[in-house]
Amino acid sequence: MRQALSVAVATGLYGVSFGALSVVAGLDVWQTMALSLVMFSGGSQFAFIGVAGSGGSPGAAIATAALVGVRNALYGPQVAPLVEARGAHRLLAAQLTIDESTAVGTAQRDPTAARVGFWWTGAGVFLLWNVFTLLGALLGGAAGDPRRYGLDAAAAAAFLGLVWPRLADRAAQVVAGAAVVVALATTPVLPSGVPVLLAAGLAVLVGVLWRPDGAGVPRAVAARVSSERRSP
Amino acid sequence: MKGAVLWLAIVAAGVATFAIKLVGHLLPRHWLAKPPVARVAALVTVALLSALVAVQAATSNGRVVLDARVAGLAAAAVALVVRAPFVVVVLVAAVVTALLRWAGLP
Repeated sequence: MRQALSVAVATGLYGVSFGALSVVAGLDVWQTMALSLVMFSGGSQFAFIGVAGSGGSPGAAIATAALVGVRNALYGPQVAPLVEARGAHRLLAAQLTIDESTAVGTAQRDPTAARVGFWWTGAGVFLLWNVFTLLGALLGGAAGDPRRYGLDAAAAAAFLGLVWPRLADRAAQVVAGAAVVVALATTPVLPSGVPVLLAAGLAVLVGVLWRPDGAGVPRAVAARVSSERRSP
Repeated sequence: MKGAVLWLAIVAAGVATFAIKLVGHLLPRHWLAKPPVARVAALVTVALLSALVAVQAATSNGRVVLDARVAGLAAAAVALVVRAPFVVVVLVAAVVTALLRWAGLP
């Protein structure tokens, strides 16, 4: 449970940057809070405001957010046997199934500790993520011209921080490099938001064709959680 | 995107991401627990986030633009190398970019 709380605090804190950047991207405080309450998946939320803020279509924003969230579907089969939830509880467990709660839950040896770890991490992150999103949204609204404070670069850094722990293996590094090239090369000729989706298509292609060292989701997530635990 | 369209997109994207999480809890375990599925899903996440880094740091209004943001991003990368927490990484990028703009860079 101590691990759950420290992960919740570390993750919740960066809700401040999401809240501020969301308002800077053109969403109001209510829309920002709707994303943190309903979508509740950091990567998807940053992706949504990134596409929406740069003039992307609704379809591109929805597709990008959903695709970034696809990994959460793969956590379900790991989490479901740990929590054994039924009915409304199962809906709640699904909503709280994110990188952090999955990593903490699956890292426990004892079944009770796994259940406690999942629920406390999920609930803790949910609470703090939303509180800090609100704080960030209020701060972001007061900031004025976002460029003057370098908040456009902060948004780029947020994506870099999210992808960083997932670059452990070779295939991921190659895909990351190719995604950057594809996105920049096609930006002048395609509507905003589409270059990012094109990069996802490329990843599917590489993932299907390249059968190497097994770029596993759990490993990337474990790296992320352990790096967050190391931080003060 | 503005007003009602933006709200609609937010609700649709929220419902989609929740449905994706729920699917993982409802489908039989062996459907999703295949190594190729996990590999593709992990790479899709990497590709989307990496493309978003590039678009956010080096494009403006449909053009590739290199300005103070790139230096801010480089500073963020250094912060990541020394294992700074997420909030610090984001702040470093903002501060470096703001300082360079204050010094006259675009």
